[in-house]
Amino acid sequence: MPRRVPWFLLLPLGFLLLWHVAVQQRWVTEGLIPAPAQVAESWYRWIFGTPTRSLSPYSGTWVANVVYSARRVIQGFLLAALIGIPLGLFIGWNRLIARVVDPSIQLLRPVPITAWLPFAIAVFGIYDASALFLIGLGAFYPIVVNTTHGVRDTNLLLLRAARMLGARETTVLAKVVFPSALPAIFTGLRLGIGVAWTAVIVAEMIAVKSGLGYVLWDAYYVGRMDICIATMFSVGLLGFVSDRVIQGAALLLLRWRTLEAHA
Amino acid sequence: MPDARAAVELRHVDKEFSKGARRIEALQAIDFTVAPNEFSAVLGPSGCGKSTLLNMVAGFDRPTRGDVLFNGAPVVAPDPRRAVVFQEPALFPWYTVFDNVVFGLKARGVPADERRARAAAALEQVGLGGFERSYPAELSGGMKQRVGIARVLVMEPEVLLMDEPFGSLDAQTRSLMQELLLSVWERGHQTVVFITHDVEEALLLADSVSVMTARPGRIKKRLAVELPRPRSLETTTSARFNELKREVLALIRDESLRAAREAPGAAR
Repeated sequence: MPRRVPWFLLLPLGFLLLWHVAVQQRWVTEGLIPAPAQVAESWYRWIFGTPTRSLSPYSGTWVANVVYSARRVIQGFLLAALIGIPLGLFIGWNRLIARVVDPSIQLLRPVPITAWLPFAIAVFGIYDASALFLIGLGAFYPIVVNTTHGVRDTNLLLLRAARMLGARETTVLAKVVFPSALPAIFTGLRLGIGVAWTAVIVAEMIAVKSGLGYVLWDAYYVGRMDICIATMFSVGLLGFVSDRVIQGAALLLLRWRTLEAHA
Repeated sequence: MPDARAAVELRHVDKEFSKGARRIEALQAIDFTVAPNEFSAVLGPSGCGKSTLLNMVAGFDRPTRGDVLFNGAPVVAPDPRRAVVFQEPALFPWYTVFDNVVFGLKARGVPADERRARAAAALEQVGLGGFERSYPAELSGGMKQRVGIARVLVMEPEVLLMDEPFGSLDAQTRSLMQELLLSVWERGHQTVVFITHDVEEALLLADSVSVMTARPGRIKKRLAVELPRPRSLETTTSARFNELKREVLALIRDESLRAAREAPGAAR
């Protein structure tokens, strides 16, 4: 297959065409779903504003809302990573810590972050703290679980090698266990950032009054489906970009692994 | 009384593993002594517990009964004075060759200048000068094993524990590695415990060969290999070498016949 052909565009373009035809042929109830061109136009105005002064609340506010949401995602995600990675290392490394901490995590994990919403609002109010709590909690689980697995998968032979070379346990943890678990940690981080974007939308729909999730819910209430759809695309794009950033970091830090794959 | 002159001594060592509710006897009544500067080979079929024996000397594993002594003191934990070369290279894939070789020196707090000099010398000795910045994934199996040897030589261990280090290499590379090890040993005369299932390898390298029985592993006989040193691959063609080889092979054949007679399948 020729590599130059951008095959990945095939499905999105086909979908856009189907969407366009569905609206034009009135396969969907008229006025309920806007055509792709209309969404594109609204999105454009949402980003760049209207040439004349407009009364529309969505004129030129896209960047500000993206910044609100992205900041919450980054803060919540960093919080989750800062707690999740060390905790996962200790749970995977130390049986006593695992016995004390792990069961509680596994019991809390099935509670969906959406179910935490009322609790978060009651405790933190309609503020950023609510959003950070939900995002952080949602991203924390995949990070801690994957880190734990990564640590437990460490090759016994490498542990023995380090010990017979005279490494103390802290050195073994930092120089052998951590690098060995790094691929699994990155898997956790990628899953975590995905959850973080889900959580930010949920949190902003209810627990705070700014950001893309807030716009989405607000636009729905006033019947602006074009803005709703533009928000969905925006979140999708941002999620994609942040995942790519993490993958890029992984490639940089795990160069030895790409060597192994080609060996 | 522990033998004061022994570098490594196992006294009446039994080793059992529990597999579920069953107890498996891996080693039985092992008495094994290695003198300082002796190259001692342990020869046995796979599954006879010879790696278990080595793991106990390394400090990775404890005996169920009996004593494992190093310089007369019980072995309680791994120690760089008893350095191990594993069957698989067991290199840290995220480190370069250089960083793998200096890992132990760093852990011991040796200053950077000295680390560099000692690593260079060790890599030179195993013929890997110039590969400092390569990653293990970029090396062949034989080269990886050389790094595995260099990273323990650099620690200047009192005892080298080698667990079938050339077992997974192709025949040609294996011969090269055996010659390499002979030249390394001629320089340092380290005390070596060398685990193998290859009769010729044991006789070529070692001063003494301890032949082990199948499970439960026991030491059936210990032979002195009085072949002149320095040795090379040509040693394997000498008459004395072949006499010893016949003797060892006869021991092993007796053992396999006995094992076959006593196997539960054969009794029925």
